[in-house]
Amino acid sequence: MEKLSLFLGCIVPNRYPGIEKATKLCLQKLDIDVSDLPGASCCPAPGVFKSFDKATWLALASRNIVLSEKLERDLLTVCNGCYGSLADANIELKKDPELRECTNRCLKEIGMEFKGTAEVRHIIEFLYKEFGREKLKEYTTIQLDLKVALHYGCHLIKPSRDRNLGETEAPVFFDELIEATGAKSVDYTDKMMCCGAGGGVRSGHAAESLEMLEHKLACIRQAGVDCIVNACPFCHLQFDRGQLAVNEKFGKDYSIPVLHYSQLLGLALGFSPYELGIEQNAVQNIEFLAKIYEISAGLR
Amino acid sequence: MSEELPKVLKAAGLDVLSCMQCGTCTGSCPSGRHTGLNTRRILRDARKNRVAVLSDDALWLCTTCYTCQERCPRDIPITDALLELRRLAVKKGFMLPEHRKISEMVMECGHAVPLDEETKQKREELGLDPIPETVQKYPEALQELRNLLKACKFDKLTAEK
Ligand code: SF4
Ligand code: SF4
Repeated sequence: MEKLSLFLGCIVPNRYPGIEKATKLCLQKLDIDVSDLPGASCCPAPGVFKSFDKATWLALASRNIVLSEKLERDLLTVCNGCYGSLADANIELKKDPELRECTNRCLKEIGMEFKGTAEVRHIIEFLYKEFGREKLKEYTTIQLDLKVALHYGCHLIKPSRDRNLGETEAPVFFDELIEATGAKSVDYTDKMMCCGAGGGVRSGHAAESLEMLEHKLACIRQAGVDCIVNACPFCHLQFDRGQLAVNEKFGKDYSIPVLHYSQLLGLALGFSPYELGIEQNAVQNIEFLAKIYEISAGLR
Repeated sequence: MSEELPKVLKAAGLDVLSCMQCGTCTGSCPSGRHTGLNTRRILRDARKNRVAVLSDDALWLCTTCYTCQERCPRDIPITDALLELRRLAVKKGFMLPEHRKISEMVMECGHAVPLDEETKQKREELGLDPIPETVQKYPEALQELRNLLKACKFDKLTAEK
C-alpha cells in the first residue's frame, strides 16, 4: 500500500504536539499520501498491556490496525513503542490462525474483523526504505550545521527477527537519515543503550528509570553535541522531562535539547523552530534556540 | 501454579531449558547495572520452577530493551519469556499500583496519557485542533473501546483483588 494513515498514539497528541505538527509538515513536503486515523486509541502501551494480558493487548492493537485496514491504508507510527506494539501484534496475528480467531472473537463484539491487509510502518524505517539519504537530501533546503547525539531507541530495531533492519549492535541506517539534513551524527559511549523508560519502568520504578537516564545523559554530554535526536516520543519525554527530574534528583545541570527526527528534518525542509514546536520542550536551552533560528533564517 | 513454569513457558513457544547460565544477559542489561534485576537468575529460577520468581519485583525492572535476547548465545527469547512471566504474575494478582492506574486510564479515556489543558493550549499555538483526531474526540469510538476491553475481561483482571 502506498497510502498511509497517521497513528498518533498517546504522548504525541497529548504531550508533544510539536512532533505531530512536524510530522504532518514533513510528510506533506515529501508528497506522501497520509490521512488521519480517527478514533484510534492507545497502541496499547506494551509495558503495561503486553505485560498484563496477551489477549487484551492483541485486541486493542488490532482494533487500531482494523481502523486503518478499513481506510485501505498502512499505519504510520512516529513512536518506537507504538511501532513495537502494533507491528508485533500485526505479525503475530498474521502468522498464527489460532490467535487471530481468538482476537476476532473479541473484535466481533464491536462489529470488527482483523483481515491482515495493512502493514505497520515506522517513519524512520519508512523514510530509509522508500527515500534513503540521497533522495531525502534533494528535498532539503537548509543544511543543518549541528552535531547530534542520535538515540535509535530499542523497539525500532529489536527484536531483530521481526524488524528486518539489519544488526542491532551498530546500525547505521538512521545515522544516514541524520546526515541527509546536513547534521553530523556523533558517536558516543553506550549509544545503543536504552533510555530507561520502557517496559513500564518509568511509571513503575521512577528512581531506577532516572538512574539509567542519567548514565545516558552523562555519555551524551561527554560527546559535546548540540542536541539529542530520537524517533520515539516516549524516549523524547524521558530525555526531555526526565532531564529536569535528573537535575533535581542528582543535583545536575543538564540542559541538552531534545528533538524528534521529524523536527530535525522539518528544520532542513525549511520550517521554523516555532512551527515545529521545538520551543515547547521542557528543556529550555536559549543558546540552542538562537542557533537553530539563525540556521533556519540562513544566517549561518 | 498447577503446571510447572518451564512447561508453561515452553507451551508459549518460549523454551528456557537450553540456558547454560553464561551470564551474557545479565552483563548486557542496562537495568541490571543500576537495579536489582539479574536476568540470568530469573531465567534460572524459572527453569528450576521456583514459583517465587513471579512475585519478584525485579521482573518489573526490565525495560524490554531486547539487548539480552539479541545477544543470548543459545537464542533464548529472554525478553519474551520475561513478559510471559509478568503475565503469569498478573494472573496471580501481582500488579504495581502505577500500572493499574495506567490501565484504568485507558479504560476511562482510551489513552495511557490523557490530554491536559497545557497541551490543548500548545496544540492551538501550533494551529492544530485542540482535541486530536483520536478516540478522545469520538464518544462512540470510546464506547467501542470500552466494550472491547470488557469482551476481553480486562476490567476483571485489573480490578483490585
Ligand atoms: S545469555 Fe542466554 S544462555 Fe546465557 S545466561 Fe542468559 S539466558 Fe542463559
Ligand atoms: S530486555 Fe530487560 S532483561 Fe533484557 S537486557 Fe533489556 S532490560 Fe535487561
